[in-house]
Amino acid sequence: MASNGATIHQGEVALLLGTIKGGFVLRSSASRSQWKTEGPFYLGSKVHHMVLDPRDGKTMLMAARTGHLGPTVFRSTDAGKSWKEAEQPPAFPKAEEGKKGLSVDHVFWLTPGHASEPNVWYAGSSPQGLFRSEDGGATWQGVAGFNEHPDRIKWVGGEQDYTPDGGKMHSVIVSHADANHLYIGMSSGGVFESKDRGATWTPLNKGCAADFIPTPDPEYGHDPHCVQMSPVDANVLYQQNHCGIYRIDRPSNEWVRIGENMPKEVGDVGFPMTLHPRDVDSAWVFPMSALDVWPRVSPNGEAAAYVTRDGGKSWQRQDKGLPQEHGWLTVKRQCMAIDRCESAGLYFGTTGGEVWASLDEGESWQQIAQHLPHIYSVEVAEFAA
Amino acid sequence: MSELSTKVCIHIPTHLSAYTGGESQVMVGGATLGEALAELDQRFPGIRFRFITEQDEVREHMKVFVDREQVFDLHTPLGETSEIHIIAALSGG
Repeated sequence: MASNGATIHQGEVALLLGTIKGGFVLRSSASRSQWKTEGPFYLGSKVHHMVLDPRDGKTMLMAARTGHLGPTVFRSTDAGKSWKEAEQPPAFPKAEEGKKGLSVDHVFWLTPGHASEPNVWYAGSSPQGLFRSEDGGATWQGVAGFNEHPDRIKWVGGEQDYTPDGGKMHSVIVSHADANHLYIGMSSGGVFESKDRGATWTPLNKGCAADFIPTPDPEYGHDPHCVQMSPVDANVLYQQNHCGIYRIDRPSNEWVRIGENMPKEVGDVGFPMTLHPRDVDSAWVFPMSALDVWPRVSPNGEAAAYVTRDGGKSWQRQDKGLPQEHGWLTVKRQCMAIDRCESAGLYFGTTGGEVWASLDEGESWQQIAQHLPHIYSVEVAEFAA
Repeated sequence: MSELSTKVCIHIPTHLSAYTGGESQVMVGGATLGEALAELDQRFPGIRFRFITEQDEVREHMKVFVDREQVFDLHTPLGETSEIHIIAALSGG
């Protein structure tokens, strides 16, 4: 995402929620103490991601499909008042006669392009594919350097390597320092980077564990759950992986497992991760249980976020206001977000349809919405006045 | 496109009625299923991709019938009185 991370936002913020039954918007009062729910948009659609374009504050894209109907992208150019379907949604090329081709099952991820390229967007799909729009999301073209690369199938593996509802390309990152420098995360596949706008790709997984692969230290095939670039420093990335929490400081090509510093009884497995808008060393995760059969809920039913203020050298538990008894929360990879207010607001959504907020950078939490459908994604939005 | 003068009827499920302005039946021309769906998509842009993949396959939870027989091939020929049913199959959750 294009960054103006150093600036402080004042006034109301909105949360864009993608859910299994449609899109919703939570709008705050100026103090963020009151929240109003709007929607649903496209009731009955599985909305994997809904994103506001930070470059104009009014263009929104929504990745949607239904249980029956195939994938598409809906667009709004008036901050969600009206929506229109993309003229040409992301789709793989038609295979030659007699060959098996790929079909987009769902668009999983949407990323606005660099600030210098106002109409460019990227989309990541299931199965793993990368698409680009140069007209604000109206038409989409495959990034052939990835989608048609002869090694793509080796990178992403087969269906047994996929997550339960399909392999995914997520965490599509456009460096705020260089429009040509892209990072992608794939479950499975790992982290890859391109320095030429997607023409060529290099795996970037050294240092990351892949405990589910018998090969020691594989080049790719990892399972990053969420990759984030610091809004402050484009050389610093963090990831919450299936196998731990990591940080990398480029130009190094090796991730460091900062999750080793988490309390052992909690571990360092989870789905989401979010970074402070103005402090390169502050980051939050929401750990989940990785006991024998991987319950993927808050460890011991005691819900908590964890924060590091020193780049991962130490972690502090943040559970005030969160359920500490039978708090079996599951927070998916796109479901934790942060705003740019002076005291940054942290937000997460659960598969049980709850939205929680902290206005003091995680020190205390309050529930701001409940009874919503299973939440797939939470994004902070600052609509233009 | 076919020179058929008689148009065939496509029955549209509610899931796709937003594309047809609420119409549950649409008359189109075409000598094959593929041609009929191409005309359907020309009139109601985007509708085809919601139930036919980019590989020209019927999507997993959709079914297409020509004259009450389930078909999978867009080359399926149509007669002058053919009827096409697009059905949303069972898909729970």
